[in-house]
Amino acid sequence: MSWYKPADVGFATRSWLANLGHGTRLFLRLLATFGSSFKRFGLVRDQIHFLGNYSLVIIAISGLFVGFVFALQGYYTLLRFGSTEALGQLVTFTLVRELGPVVTALLFAGRAGTSLTAEIGLMKAGEQISVMEMMAVDPIQRILAPRFWGGVIAMPLLAAVFSAMGVIGGWVVGVLMLGIDAGSFWSQIQGSVDVWRDVGNGIVKSIVFGFTVTFVALLQGYNSQPTPEGVASATTRTVVVASLAVLGLDFILTAMMFTK
Amino acid sequence: MQRSKIDVWVGLFVMVGAAAILFLALQAANLLNLNFQPTYRITAEFDNVGGLKPKASVRSGGVVVGRIEDISFNDQTFQARVTIDMQSRYVFPKDSSLKILTSGLLGEQYIGIQAGGNEENLAAGDIIRQTQSAVVLENLIGQFLFSKTADESSTAAPTLPATATTDKK
Repeated sequence: MSWYKPADVGFATRSWLANLGHGTRLFLRLLATFGSSFKRFGLVRDQIHFLGNYSLVIIAISGLFVGFVFALQGYYTLLRFGSTEALGQLVTFTLVRELGPVVTALLFAGRAGTSLTAEIGLMKAGEQISVMEMMAVDPIQRILAPRFWGGVIAMPLLAAVFSAMGVIGGWVVGVLMLGIDAGSFWSQIQGSVDVWRDVGNGIVKSIVFGFTVTFVALLQGYNSQPTPEGVASATTRTVVVASLAVLGLDFILTAMMFTK
Repeated sequence: MQRSKIDVWVGLFVMVGAAAILFLALQAANLLNLNFQPTYRITAEFDNVGGLKPKASVRSGGVVVGRIEDISFNDQTFQARVTIDMQSRYVFPKDSSLKILTSGLLGEQYIGIQAGGNEENLAAGDIIRQTQSAVVLENLIGQFLFSKTADESSTAAPTLPATATTDKK
């Protein structure tokens, strides 16, 4: 495409606007399925099982190792200021406020989002979605909605597991390996972490990211070209778009929540 | 059979997630130890509160006996007004004095309360005026330099830069 031709610029702008409108309409239709999806909770439950349970191991192990690394790095930096007791505070703040929701969302996009996109893209390539439409079964209601709500429910739980495992990882390295006093480790955390401001906002972030990642994955799958190349590029786009959206949203949410 | 198996696994997953949230709320944020104990509210006026923040602790002998609820400015006396919630189980004499202290060299600031000798105890709504402001580093350095130069001019000692280097040793 040549960008200097006015007609092409106009076409690109129009199709971009049409995509935005289509995406918004799909998002609103998915939100509107809230009530009906929970009437047939079996479908949502299967998706929680697929998206949540199977991601649990990678999330828990990643959280643990992020906690390990943070405690190690933080310890040697804090050692220079003679305040190694603040290690727990450092690890917990970073995990609960930022790394927990963000890294979980990135992993979730890679682990679960891609499988959603590929699954729906292949359904489209196999014309299963067209068949459903012919049988007057709404594919958004039957295929997309359970996956959407399954992802939205699974994501905050996974982020909480990530943060909790990270704090435990920080405790293992800080207290068990590097010999920080366990009492001051926990009391420093408890003295500074606030339930609503830190833990609560972290959960709000992870819910927002759950909506973002799951929706991007479904949109890319639903809009993919029904060919092998189309599904492949849609899967790639899921990871790229979801990751960038999560990082951008994280900045906005942090600016809204933690600056006074 | 297959259905109920998935139910169990999903239930387990939700439970693990809920346990993680509970862990963060209870162990990290210490929700259980939030003070739901009855408190009485007093105010204190300071010339300068320095870096004191709401939610900072009020301690006596190192033990937390209250929390700072609010810090505002009183434009009648031109002083900082600090509202404090004291725990009802601790009572202090009416003429107790307050002092802004720092935990550690660069730590958080808190208020230390020093008991006085009055027979009557502090009650809700009392205002404490016997206070000692936060230490402001600039004032301290200014005072130090001022007293140094005052000393030197009386003994006709060397100039200021020279004393600065001898002080470092």
